[in-house]
Amino acid sequence: MPGLPSLRERGSRGEANMFIVNYIKDIYKGIRSLLVGMRRTGYYFTHHKEIITQEYPDNRDTLKMADRFKGEVVMPHDENNEHRCTGCTACELACPNGTIKVVTKFDITPEGKKKKAIDKLVYHLELCTMCNLCIIACPSDAIVMAQTFEHSVFDRAQLTKILNNPGSKIMEGVE
Amino acid sequence: MFRETEILQTASQVSSTGGDLEGAGDLVINVGPQHPATHGVLHLVITLNGETIKKVEPHLGYIHRSIEKMCESLTYRQFIYVTSRMDYLSAHMNNHACALCVEKGMQIEVPERAKVVRVIMDELTRIASHELWWGAMAMDVGAFTPFFHAFRERETINEIMEETCGARLTMNYYVPGGLMAELHPDFQKKVKSFITLFKSKIDEYDELVTGNIIFQNRMKGVGYLSAEDAVSFGCSGPTARGSGVSSDIRKLYPYAAYDQVQFDEVLENGCDSFARYMIRIREMKQSVRIIEQLIDNIPEGDFQAKTKAVLKLPKGEFYTRVETARGELGVYIVSEGGTTPYRIKFRSPGFSNLSALDQMARGSKLGDLVAMMGTLDLVIPDIDR
Amino acid sequence: MWSLSYIANALHDWLYQTFSPTLALIIEMVIAGIAVIGLFAVLGLVLVIMERRVAAWMQIRLGPNRVGPFGLLQSLADTLKLLVKEGMTPSGSDKFLFNLAPYIAMMVAMLLMAPIAFAKDFQLWDLNIGVLYVSAVSSIMVISILMAGWASNNKYSLMGAMRSGAQIVSYELSAGLSVLVVVVLTGSLKISDIIQSQADGWWIFKGHVPVLVAFVIFIIAVTAETNRAPFDLAEAESELTAGFHTEYSGMKFALFFLAEYINVFIVCSIGAILFLGGWMPFHIGHWEGFNRVMDYIPSSIWFFGKTFFLIFVIMWFRWTFPRLRIDQLLNLEWKYLLPISMINILLATAIAIAGWHF
Ligand code: SF4
Ligand code: SF4
Repeated sequence: MPGLPSLRERGSRGEANMFIVNYIKDIYKGIRSLLVGMRRTGYYFTHHKEIITQEYPDNRDTLKMADRFKGEVVMPHDENNEHRCTGCTACELACPNGTIKVVTKFDITPEGKKKKAIDKLVYHLELCTMCNLCIIACPSDAIVMAQTFEHSVFDRAQLTKILNNPGSKIMEGVE
Repeated sequence: MFRETEILQTASQVSSTGGDLEGAGDLVINVGPQHPATHGVLHLVITLNGETIKKVEPHLGYIHRSIEKMCESLTYRQFIYVTSRMDYLSAHMNNHACALCVEKGMQIEVPERAKVVRVIMDELTRIASHELWWGAMAMDVGAFTPFFHAFRERETINEIMEETCGARLTMNYYVPGGLMAELHPDFQKKVKSFITLFKSKIDEYDELVTGNIIFQNRMKGVGYLSAEDAVSFGCSGPTARGSGVSSDIRKLYPYAAYDQVQFDEVLENGCDSFARYMIRIREMKQSVRIIEQLIDNIPEGDFQAKTKAVLKLPKGEFYTRVETARGELGVYIVSEGGTTPYRIKFRSPGFSNLSALDQMARGSKLGDLVAMMGTLDLVIPDIDR
Repeated sequence: MWSLSYIANALHDWLYQTFSPTLALIIEMVIAGIAVIGLFAVLGLVLVIMERRVAAWMQIRLGPNRVGPFGLLQSLADTLKLLVKEGMTPSGSDKFLFNLAPYIAMMVAMLLMAPIAFAKDFQLWDLNIGVLYVSAVSSIMVISILMAGWASNNKYSLMGAMRSGAQIVSYELSAGLSVLVVVVLTGSLKISDIIQSQADGWWIFKGHVPVLVAFVIFIIAVTAETNRAPFDLAEAESELTAGFHTEYSGMKFALFFLAEYINVFIVCSIGAILFLGGWMPFHIGHWEGFNRVMDYIPSSIWFFGKTFFLIFVIMWFRWTFPRLRIDQLLNLEWKYLLPISMINILLATAIAIAGWHF
């Protein structure tokens, strides 16, 4: 409650009436401000349509993440099990956390020439900060962000993923 | 551990001195590092006389992640993302400061579109940060409900961020030379609907908290920080402006598109907790004003300037500053001409603001300390990078 | 008509016919004890779930809705969890007092149940100083809080306990004075007399301004006395973590928790008895039809309805207001509530002497 004027102040003003009036005014204003707040919470108490809770695990089916949501780095493959990664290691260099490790090998092309290709693209989800730098660094758009977010597993080793599918190879025409 | 005077902590120590030493009747309590009031892992050693505070000593270091050192091993493109983790509530502003510094060093001309979008994003972040602060502030003085109401509006901003930047808190949307991606097609529509929502709800904040007699009495006249003290402690942002010190970087050293918009620097002369509270409430309204001016006038064009693949800052020292939700954030880079900074230093607002806490708190009650910390809007990872 | 008093009387008669008076009395006491403990458990569960729901709705949340239908069994599950938790005693504590404190809190709450009239003619003990008994016994509560705070050997607990001591001792004054207003108007300290005097209208309606003022002061004072927000300085979460029960865990914590809710229930039922007519139905002057309908609602429903309404108001306070500071809390009592209630009781006495009330 507002502090009452000290005795000395009151004496100097010498207005006991003013004091009483102010005292009552203080009480009135105070109670009013409290009631205003109570009206607001009372409104929400009675208006349940304002409730904003999302019942998360129950609404999995309808839950839609934003298209750009950065959940995890994945490498899309087409129906022929082909990806676009050339093994240029640009993503590995762009990553601030050493999350990506590109393991390359040499394919023999039909013409008999040796060609660099990826053996494995190792991705450590536990190190990734979803900063998107690898995605914008990739010259051939081979990796994208997936919208998954339920990443918890019981074993840390499961977080280390190999992004290219087994037996996959590079798409025609991607250099 | 440095102390001005040795404080006796146990009864046996007191009796061993005959009990008539100065400070013998003091009660020393540790608030934190795990305590509901400190919003993180801040550790305050408080010397009390009854309920009255005699001294507050903040101890830092519980969340030190050595961000500055980490940045020195990252390239100029990479280090920006780490700074989102300093003051995580103003992630965009932190990134902005770093991007500005790199741009300054490289003399990259940022496209107009990127500048305007950066301002809009910064102001949205500022509103989101102040919303969270408002809820936490009310929680500090014991009202729980406002917290949830604040999160309702904040959630709308987070959704906007999620759509455009792909993340809700640590967005990493700014890159040297502009933005990382084009705006989401719905961006303008969503921001406008947020502004409508926000304007309809901001009065509720006054009903629930600002006007409340208990709250006003908790805030008015406590945590006094005079203008001189605010300057000498190096306070910035709402903490300094609450003491009437003009310190808005957006006005004093305009960056990005801040010179194109009309807004007022919010100043209060109360010097107390309530003044600092009002600053933030009024700042939210100013931020909305800035966004309103810009949202329909985002210029067309590139969102990113053409930059070299490998960024190398010329040899020299570079300093830029931005106004985050907490105050002035400075980025100081010393370059040796390589691809990584030789030395990088962040001047974080929270650290200087926290240093004023002892001055503010002496002589007030324990309950007020919590309220004062609320009005400083401390984000511990920002203080303790 | 089936009512609580009918059941009670039938039981009473049957016991006295079957057994010797002494044995019958003992059996009655045992039954009463079991009933009170049962009521405790039920009240605790109901009030906790009610509080969580009220809080959730005010905070635009859903609240507990997982355990049981509409989450009604949530507090049962919580109780179970607390029961099987380890009840730790800190090594530096005063073990005897530390373990005694929660039981004293509980005992006080139980003792306070005695004079409350839950329905028409349904009361454990209608002693002739009922109101005085309540205010006397309820002040024992502060001892258990001080005990808990001191014995915990924790600075937060001690501060919480000291705050609570200052608070309860001061607010008892204005709570007592506002109760006195009704006592003055009724001329009796006996609970059943007070309720009877409201047969033609509740005091809050027929007592003019003084009773209204007394009612408001009473609600404020009992909120403070039960350590509920905005006066929850004893546990002030953001300052003292959990105040006097920081060190308590498991069932000992649950007893404090339960005692708080039971105390809220008791003070609200006292408020309902004194100002809102206890189990008296709501009557309007000469609307015979309306009054008849009101009479059909069982008296226990009236009592619990009023009590729960007051409890709701107190919860409403809690989820709306920020907390006061300790000096403001005492200012409010000594500079506002106490002077006002003193003037108020003078006015009420004048009204009672002049017979101006209806
Ligand atoms: S998102 Fe960032 S941290 Fe994750 S792999 Fe890509 S560059 Fe590395
Ligand atoms: S994912 Fe892209 S950047 Fe990484 S190695 Fe493959 S092609 Fe290069």
